[in-house]
Amino acid sequence: MNTTLSGAVAQATEFALAVALAPLLTGWVNQCRAWLQNRTGPGPLQPYRMLVKLFRKEPVLAHNASALFRMTPYILFGCTGLAAAIVPTLGTGLPFNAAADAIALVGLLALARVFISLAAMDVGTAFGTLGARREMMVGFLAEPALLMVLFTASLISQSTSLSTMVQTLSRMEFVIYPSLAFAGVAFTMVSLAENARIPIDNPATHLELTMIHEAMVLEYSGRHLALIEWAASLKLFVYSCMGIALFLPLGIPQAGDWTGIVLALPALALKLAAGGAALALIETLSAKLRIFRAPEFLGAAFLLAVLAMLIHLLLEH
Amino acid sequence: MMPGSPLGLALGVALFWLLLGCVGVGFPHRLPLISRVLFPAGALAALVLAFTGLTALTGAPEARVLPIGLPGLPIHLRLDALSGFFLLLLGATTAGVSVFAAGYFRRGEGTAPGLLCLYYHVFLASMALVMLADDAYGFMVFWETMALSSYFLVTSDHRKAEIRRAGFLYILIAHIGAISILLLFGVLQGGTNDYTFGAMRAVQHPPFWGTVAFALALAGFGAKAGIVPLHVWLPDAHPAAPSPVSALMSAVMLKTAIYGFLRVMFDLLGMQSWWWGVVVMTLGLVTALYGVVFSAVQSDMKRLLAYSSIENIGFIMVGIGLAITFRAYAMQALAALALTAALYHSLNHAFFKSLLFLSTGSVLHATNERGLGKLGGLIHHMPWVAWLALVGTLAIAGLPPLNGFMSEWLLLQAFLLTPGLPQPYLNMLVPAAAAAVALAAALAGYVMVKFYGIVFLGQPREERLAGAHDCGPWERIGLTWLATGCIALGLLPAWVISTTDAVVRPLTGAGLGAASSGWLYVAPIDPQRASYSPALFLAVIVALVALAFAAVRLFYHGRLRRSLPWGCGFPQLNARMQDTAEGFGQPVRQIFEPFFRMQRELPLATDSAPRYRVVVEDHLWHWLYLPAARLVGRVTAAVSLLQRGRISVYLMYSFGTLLLLLLFVQR
Repeated sequence: MNTTLSGAVAQATEFALAVALAPLLTGWVNQCRAWLQNRTGPGPLQPYRMLVKLFRKEPVLAHNASALFRMTPYILFGCTGLAAAIVPTLGTGLPFNAAADAIALVGLLALARVFISLAAMDVGTAFGTLGARREMMVGFLAEPALLMVLFTASLISQSTSLSTMVQTLSRMEFVIYPSLAFAGVAFTMVSLAENARIPIDNPATHLELTMIHEAMVLEYSGRHLALIEWAASLKLFVYSCMGIALFLPLGIPQAGDWTGIVLALPALALKLAAGGAALALIETLSAKLRIFRAPEFLGAAFLLAVLAMLIHLLLEH
Repeated sequence: MMPGSPLGLALGVALFWLLLGCVGVGFPHRLPLISRVLFPAGALAALVLAFTGLTALTGAPEARVLPIGLPGLPIHLRLDALSGFFLLLLGATTAGVSVFAAGYFRRGEGTAPGLLCLYYHVFLASMALVMLADDAYGFMVFWETMALSSYFLVTSDHRKAEIRRAGFLYILIAHIGAISILLLFGVLQGGTNDYTFGAMRAVQHPPFWGTVAFALALAGFGAKAGIVPLHVWLPDAHPAAPSPVSALMSAVMLKTAIYGFLRVMFDLLGMQSWWWGVVVMTLGLVTALYGVVFSAVQSDMKRLLAYSSIENIGFIMVGIGLAITFRAYAMQALAALALTAALYHSLNHAFFKSLLFLSTGSVLHATNERGLGKLGGLIHHMPWVAWLALVGTLAIAGLPPLNGFMSEWLLLQAFLLTPGLPQPYLNMLVPAAAAAVALAAALAGYVMVKFYGIVFLGQPREERLAGAHDCGPWERIGLTWLATGCIALGLLPAWVISTTDAVVRPLTGAGLGAASSGWLYVAPIDPQRASYSPALFLAVIVALVALAFAAVRLFYHGRLRRSLPWGCGFPQLNARMQDTAEGFGQPVRQIFEPFFRMQRELPLATDSAPRYRVVVEDHLWHWLYLPAARLVGRVTAAVSLLQRGRISVYLMYSFGTLLLLLLFVQR
């Protein structure tokens, strides 16, 4: 009973930290980007101010928006929240880890994507449907690549349970796994696309024609938009944590190991800060691709991920 | 015969269906009788059949000999776990479809309602009997009855030329398949001249004849299931039929082909080669990708769903192929996992595909429109259909926690275990195969967003859609039943897996039952390896949604204002500016261009009446079917040279034949 209780506490802590800190990560990335672009920047706390402002505002809904449109921000938040709880950030073997494995995590993110795309089509504006179509296109190219990356890791660890994967990968002797290197590159490319980052999408754009994610949420305002923005930050957080868990798992302790968790916290913060800075650097150094080039970019990621799996079977098996 | 035994009960249901059909044909135009009495009665009988199938899963196999048929050739029937599972699928799906049909069929739509009622129930009864047949003779009779009754159902609107054409193509390919199955039984009896399945099980085949049997089974049942390249009839025939019939054909009739294939490969044919599994798996992958890619470019909602059926059959075949390979290497537990995935997906597909086909039927009745380009915004006018179809959409897109995800999850788990195979080349195949499965599954999500978003969301693309009405009470019951099935199959996987275990265990020699820990979690191999709990999954999402909702209301406010949508600064936005079905298909057309044979007609800048047209066709039609048709035409033309139409020539033929015969007799 005691282990269940401590597991639940650890789980709740992990979830609360993810929800609370996700906007900070987004703010940190934006701040780094501002520095790299020789701007002062609004400071890493800006997303919180934004959220508070949006929550206070009155949402404006189109006349023909259906219940699906109003439900979606909450569903999106619920889905990404669960994803944050599934990915082992501060400890493995948490209660929710058994509820969903890596494949279910991909399914969960797909569920969120389908809902936001449907909501974007609900009002029936030109840009909403355009955004939905593009988002689903990026989705169907990125999702198999992500799955392949996770499969590579799960072939190494003989498991699709994220918890077991992280335990195995963090206990491995320190040798270079070529398959993981390929998978890591593929994962980076996929995360850029999935989080609506340059070179696939530009989160800071104001030009509707080039938008993907922003085009879908054009009709949202007030608390709905706040939830969507929060969910987007959470998604970035989840992907970052997934990357850390797969490729830099050192220092993620077992559940119940409270000293380990206390030590893991600064380690996680450090890794996230470095990852966020790297993301800002990538975004600053590259230009946005035309939407027609996106399939090539994601196709390359897909191929790299499949190669990673092949290399694992050829060399490491 | 004991009336209480499962086999007796199943036979009783089939006879009752036949009786309902006969009553219907007696009163061909009494619509109230047919729709309010006969169809609901058929639905009740279907429930009985589902229950029968469920009890047969755990019971011992039961066999009977019916003294009907040709002299000295009685019909053997047998009900074992495999039959029971497919009877359960048939019964549970039909219950929903028949209730829906009670409110669906109208006067003045092609064939008279009484006649439709006859075909419909004969179709149902023949499918049930196919699953019960225990000898080649009975199997073929019921198989052909099934093909013919469904042919008449497909052509029920026979005044339209394209529907007659679809029906012809269907019956043609169905018969090519039937010939192949007939030859298959000829091979399987192995010179014993005994055509009962019991005798076939006992025959030991040499490898060559085993392979011939495998090829014939693949061609024969593949033609019925719509495996590429024998799939061309499916996207024409399924949409041509009235929606409840489309639902039955996609949901159940394709599964009779799966049943037949499983029966032959895992039961009748004693031997196994590992490469058969590879062939089946490769064909399944090609079928899945082909189906989903074509599904994405359709602009007719029923054709879109028909192509998506091809895709799902592909997934099922991948599972079966994996199971064959694992079984050939005597890896029973893994074969059981792959086969469970295939069976689970069959059941899932039956539920969500019939749900979606029926909702297109309701849309069709409410709007008289099948083209995606003229629909839209129906969630406001048809909330029942729209919300129930959303369940089906999410399920077929393979999203957790619904049922479509569950079977794909099992399938991917089976893939991840393939590296245990002793064949290194086979292991190399895994990444490619797993990648193709993942790609097809992701594309299915794209297709379903297109389908749902364009039909039910957005603004109505035509003025008259504002008058669309929601479906009636019978249709609601039918749709709700099927949607509930999708949710239940998704949330209770442990129960489903322990049920299918009874089927899988005799076929592969192992089961998964003990491996799934408790009712909450599914862990097909071992919890350390992979586990998933859809119920917990859903509970957490619901809790988080409720928490977010309550917190927003508590700390902030619930105010809301309605206004015009934002027009990005343009004064006039209308419904025609929304993305069309063709627009939604464009990325797929571009990325998967080699799949399609496209004819584009682009306007010039100087055109006074610019016209944009793109026709997307199937390469296989031009590469395979048209040359084959030309060949047949040439051969028949050559034969018709003999046919001069003059009596003197015919007399000369007779004379020549006589001379030849005399020559033989002389010898």
